[in-house]
Amino acid sequence: MVLILQLIAQGAQMALVLLLAPLLLGFTRKVKARLLRRQGPPVLQPYRDLLRLIRKEVVLAHNASWLFRSGPYLIFAATWVAAALIPTFATDLYFSWTADLIAITALLGSARFFLALVGMDVGTAFGGIGSSREMMFASLAEPGMIMIVFTVALLAGSTQLSEVAEFMVTHVTLRVSLGLALVGLIIVALAENARIPVDNPATHLELTMVHEAMVLEYSGRHLAVLELASALKLLLYISLIACIFFPWGLAPFGSGPASYLIGLASYLGKLTVGGFLLALFETSIAKMRVFRVPDFLGIALMLGLLGMLLLFVSRSF
Amino acid sequence: MNPAAGTLWSVAALLGLSVLAVAIARRPAATRITYAVCLAICIAVFIIAIAYLLGADRPVAALQLPVGLPWIGAHFRIDLLSAFFLAIVNLGGAAASLYALGYGEHEESPGRVLPFYPAFLAGMNLVVLADDAFTFLFAWEFMSLTSWALVIAHHEDAENRRAGYIYIVMASFGTLALLLAFGLLAGPSGSYAFADMRASSAAQPGLVLLLVLIGAGSKAGLVPLHVWLPLAHPAAPSHVSALMSGVMTKVAVYGFIRIVFDLNGPPAWWWSVVVIPLAGATCVLGVLSALMQHDLKRLLAYHTVENIGIIFIGLGLALAFSAHGMAAPAALALTASLFHVFNHSLFKSLLFFGAGAILTATHERDMEHLGGLIHRMPLTAFTFLAGCVAISALPPLNGFASEWLTFQAILLSPILPSWGLKLIVPAVGAMLALSAALAAGCFVKAFGVTFLGRARSSQAADAHETDGASLTAMFAFAVLCLLAGILPGFIIDGLAPVTEALVGGRMPVQASIPWLSIVPVAESRSSYNGLLVFIFIAISALLAAEAIHRLASQALRRGPAWDCGFPDLRPETQYTADSFAQPIRRVFGEMVFLAREHVDMPPPGDARPARIAVTLRDLVWDSIYLPIAGGTAYVADKLNYLQFLTIRQFLSVVFVALVGLLVVLMFVMLVWS
Amino acid sequence: MDHTAIDVAHMLAGGMVLVSFMLLYQDRMFGLLNVFALHAFVLSLSVAWQAYIQNAPHLFITAFIALVLKAIIIPVALHRVVVRLGIHRTIEIIGGVGPTMLFGMGLVALSMVVMLHATATADPLAREDLAFALSVVLLGLLMMVTRRNAVSQIVGFMSLENGLILAATGAKGMPLVVEISVAFSVLVAFIVIGVFLFRIRERFDTVDVEALEEARGERL
Repeated sequence: MVLILQLIAQGAQMALVLLLAPLLLGFTRKVKARLLRRQGPPVLQPYRDLLRLIRKEVVLAHNASWLFRSGPYLIFAATWVAAALIPTFATDLYFSWTADLIAITALLGSARFFLALVGMDVGTAFGGIGSSREMMFASLAEPGMIMIVFTVALLAGSTQLSEVAEFMVTHVTLRVSLGLALVGLIIVALAENARIPVDNPATHLELTMVHEAMVLEYSGRHLAVLELASALKLLLYISLIACIFFPWGLAPFGSGPASYLIGLASYLGKLTVGGFLLALFETSIAKMRVFRVPDFLGIALMLGLLGMLLLFVSRSF
Repeated sequence: MNPAAGTLWSVAALLGLSVLAVAIARRPAATRITYAVCLAICIAVFIIAIAYLLGADRPVAALQLPVGLPWIGAHFRIDLLSAFFLAIVNLGGAAASLYALGYGEHEESPGRVLPFYPAFLAGMNLVVLADDAFTFLFAWEFMSLTSWALVIAHHEDAENRRAGYIYIVMASFGTLALLLAFGLLAGPSGSYAFADMRASSAAQPGLVLLLVLIGAGSKAGLVPLHVWLPLAHPAAPSHVSALMSGVMTKVAVYGFIRIVFDLNGPPAWWWSVVVIPLAGATCVLGVLSALMQHDLKRLLAYHTVENIGIIFIGLGLALAFSAHGMAAPAALALTASLFHVFNHSLFKSLLFFGAGAILTATHERDMEHLGGLIHRMPLTAFTFLAGCVAISALPPLNGFASEWLTFQAILLSPILPSWGLKLIVPAVGAMLALSAALAAGCFVKAFGVTFLGRARSSQAADAHETDGASLTAMFAFAVLCLLAGILPGFIIDGLAPVTEALVGGRMPVQASIPWLSIVPVAESRSSYNGLLVFIFIAISALLAAEAIHRLASQALRRGPAWDCGFPDLRPETQYTADSFAQPIRRVFGEMVFLAREHVDMPPPGDARPARIAVTLRDLVWDSIYLPIAGGTAYVADKLNYLQFLTIRQFLSVVFVALVGLLVVLMFVMLVWS
Repeated sequence: MDHTAIDVAHMLAGGMVLVSFMLLYQDRMFGLLNVFALHAFVLSLSVAWQAYIQNAPHLFITAFIALVLKAIIIPVALHRVVVRLGIHRTIEIIGGVGPTMLFGMGLVALSMVVMLHATATADPLAREDLAFALSVVLLGLLMMVTRRNAVSQIVGFMSLENGLILAATGAKGMPLVVEISVAFSVLVAFIVIGVFLFRIRERFDTVDVEALEEARGERL
C-alpha cells in the first residue's frame, strides 16, 4: 500500500513537471511582453504551439540519418529523467536516490551531446555553428556546474538532492559559499537555457543563435519534442535553484496530504517568482557577443571554485 | 594447478607462435592462423586471471625458473593486483586479435607485423607476471622493443620513422629511470626479488617515487613525458594502436602501482602533492591538444593522455589518504582509479577499432576528408557512437561510473589535514570537470565530422562496411561498456580484494544493496543506480516515441536541407574539424598553445580566395625537448673533433684519463683512511 | 558570538572579495567607477555590522565616511575627471581577462592559507575576516599592476585601501581606526585632485585620444 502511494507520488511528479513546463515558458513570455509594453501571446500559447507542430508534416533532409530521427526522443528522455529526479513538492520520492546532483548534471550533458550531434547531422553551416558554439559554452558551464555542486555537497555532506534540501531547511544558513554558489548557478542556468545574455531564444539570426541553430532543420513532431525538452530544461533549472537555495515548503517524506498540498502551492509560487525574475532580468540586459560569453561563464566557474576552496580551508565559511 | 605456471605456458606458446609466424608470414593463411591462436591463448589467460581474482580460495601462484641471472633466477607470481591487470591485458589482447582477424587481411606487409604481435602480447603478460626486478625490466624492454617494431612496420613513411625514433629514445630513458628506481629499492644488499624489497625499507622512498613517475609515467603518458605517444600510437597498425593505447599504458600504470603502493613502503605526505597536480595538468593538456587535431588517430592518442591523467588523479588521492592512515577513502580513490583503468581499456580499444575500420574503408585518417559515413558504415557508426558516449562520461555508460567515483573521492578530501592538498584538490577537481566537458566537445567533433554531414571526398563517399570479425569485436566491447555502466557494483566488489591488499581498506559491499545501486560511503551521502537510470531513459524515450506516434501526424517527406533557405549542396560549406574547434581554440588556445590565426585577404579586385592559417605551438616540446635535443647536438658536434685525432693524440687522451683516475683514487684513499 | 552574526560578517567580507573580482573584470571606465562605488558600499555595510557586533560605536563613523566619501563623492569626482580630460573609455588589461582572473584565484587561495595558518590561535571570526581582507588587498594590487590607465590604477589603490580598512575593523579593539581611515581618505582625495589639477593622463604607455590626435597633427 505504502509502496503504491510512493510510486503514485513519483509518477505524479514526473507528470507535473511535464505539464508545467510549457506553462512556465508561456508565463515568462507574457511577463516579458508586458514589461516591454506589449500585449504578448496568451499564457497557454506554448501548448497550442506544441499541438500545432504535432499535427504538421515532417520534412527531412535527403541525407538525414537514423540519429537525426531518433535524437529528439533521446534528448527528451534524458531531460525528462533529470527533471523528474529533482524534488519539487516533496522530498525523498521513491526513486530520488538513483541519481544525485552529479548524475543530473551528466544527464543534461548527455542531452546536450546528442543535441550537438544532431546539429551536425545534415551537414549545413548553421548546424555546425550551433554545435561548435554550444560545446564551447558547455566546456565552461559544465565545470562551473560541477564546482557549484561540490560547494553545496561539501556544505550539506551529501550530493543527494533530498538530503541537501533537508539540510538547508533545518540549518537555515547564510553562508558565503552558498551566496557564491547561488550567483554561479544563476549564471550557469542562464547559459544552459540559452537565455539572454548568452543566447536569444526568440530569434533566428545567425549572429545571435546557438540553440536554435542546432534544431534549425527539424520540423513537425520532432520539433515539438525538442521544444518540450527545452521548456523542461528551464523548469529543471528553476526547480533546482528553488530546491537547493529556497527549500521551504517541501513536504518531507511520509507526511499527510495537507503538507503535499502546501508543497505543491509553494512550488507553484517559486516557479512564478522565478519566471518573473527571469523575464525582468532578460528585459533589462543586452545580449553579449559570443566571445564575451566565456568570460561570463568563467565567472561562474571561478565562483564555484572559490566556494569550494573556502569550504576546504575552513568549516565555517 | 599453479595459475602462474599456466600463464607462463601461454606466454611460451605466444613466443613460439611469433617464431612460427616468421616462417609462414608469406602464406595467405598466416594472418588468420596467427590471430586465431592469439585469440585462444588470450581468452585462456583471461579465464585463469578472473578465476584467481574472484575465486574464494586462492592457490599459491608463484614460480621460480632457473633462467636469467644465475644468482637471482626468474621469479613469477600472480597476486591480486597482477590478476586484475592480467585480465585487462588479455581482454584487450583477445579483442584486438578478434578484430585483426578481419583487419589484418588488409595488411600489405604482414611479415613485419605478424611475428611481433604475439611477442608484444607475451611481453605485456610477462611484465605483469614478473616478481623480481630483473625479470620486470627485461619484460618491460621486450615489450617496448616489440611495440617499436610494430610502430615502424610501415617504415616507408618518414613520419612513422620519426615516430619510432622518438619512441625508442623515450622508452630507453624510461627504462633507465626504472632501473635506477629498482637499484634504490634493492639497496646495498642487492636483493632484487620483490619479496625482499617488500620486506626491507628503501633508503630514499621519495626519490624512488620520482624515478617511477618518470619511468612508468613516460610509458603511460604523463605530461611532460607524453610527447612520443601521439606520434607512435597512430603510426602503428590500428589493432596495435588499440593495444598500445588501451593496454600498454595500463601496464605502465601497473608498474607505478606495484612499485609505489606495494614495494616502496608507507607513503609520505608530500608524494600526492607531486602526483596530483601533474595528473591534473595531464588531463587538461591532453584534451586540449586532442581538440586541436584533425587526424583521427592522433586525436584518440591525445585522449589517452587525458584519461591517464584521470587515473593518476585517483592514484594520487589514494596516496594522500593512505599517507594519513585513512583506509576507507583510500580504497574509494583506488577503486575509482582501477575502475577507470578497466573502462578506458574498453572504450579506447573500441574507438581505435573504429578508426581502423574507417582507415580500411577509406584509406583516410584525416577527418577533413571524411564525412557522411553513418550512411555507408552504419554498424561501425553505432559502435563508434557507443565508444564516444562512454569516453565522454555520460550516463548510463561506464565512463560516467568511474568518473562519478573519482568525484566522490574528491568530495571526501576535506578531511585531509595537509594544507598543500587543501589548495590543490579543489583546483584539480575543477581541472577534472573541465577536461570532462572538453572531452565531450572533442568527441562531438570526432563523431560529427567523421560520420555525420556529407562526404567531403570521393573516398568517403565510396566507403563500405567492415567485415564480420571486426564488427564482432567492436560490438562485444560496446556491450561491455554498457554492462560496466549499468552494473558497476559487481566490478567494485571484484576490485575489493585488490584494494584490501594494497591500502588495507575496501569499499562497502555493493552486492547487497537493493536495486543494484552503488553506495561509495554511506546511503545518506550519495548513491547512483546505473541500471535504473538506463531503464528510465529507455522507458521515457519509448513512451515519448509511442505517444507521439499515436497522437501526431504520420506524414513525412524528404527534401533538400533547409539551411535558412539558402541550400548549397557542395560539401565544402559544412563545418570542418578545425572550424568546429575554433571557438574553443579562441578561448583556451591562446594561452595554452599560443594559437594565432592569420588571414590573408586579397585586395579588392583580386579574384583569388582568402586564406586563413592557424599556427599552434606545442609548448612542452619547444621548451623542454628542443633545447635538450639542441644541446645534445651541440655537444656532439663539438666532441666530433675527437674522431680526427692523430695516434699520438689518442694515446695522450688515454694517458690523461688513466692518470686522472689514479689521482682521484689517491685522494679517496688519503681522505678516507 | 552566535552563528548568524558570524555568517553575516563572512557574507559581507566575501562580498567584498566578489566585488574585487568584478573590478578586475571591468573593461569600461564608467562601469569600473560604478563597481567601485558598490565596493565602498559593501565596505560600509561590513564596517557597520562589525560596529554592531563588537559594540564599538566609533566604527559607525568609519562606515559613514566610507559610504559618503568613497561610495558617492569620489566616484562622482572621478566621473567628472574622465569626462573633462577625455580619458580613453576602455581599459586595456595586460594579459587578458582570463589569466588575470585565474591569477586572482591563486592570490585568494594564497591569502587563505597564509592567514589561516599564521593566526591559528586567534579568534575564528577575526582570522577569517583577515583572510578575506588580505585577499582584497592582493586583488587591489593585482589590479594596479595589470592596468595601463592612471584612473584604473587609482581605483585599484582605493580598493586596496578598502581592504586595509576591512582588516583594521575586523580585528577587535584596534586603536585609532577612525583616525587611520580618515587619513587614508584624505590621501586618496589629494591624489584625485592632483590628477585633475595636473592633467595627468598616463603613467605608462597608454593611448589617449587627444594625445594621439595632437601627435597626428589633426588638432592644435
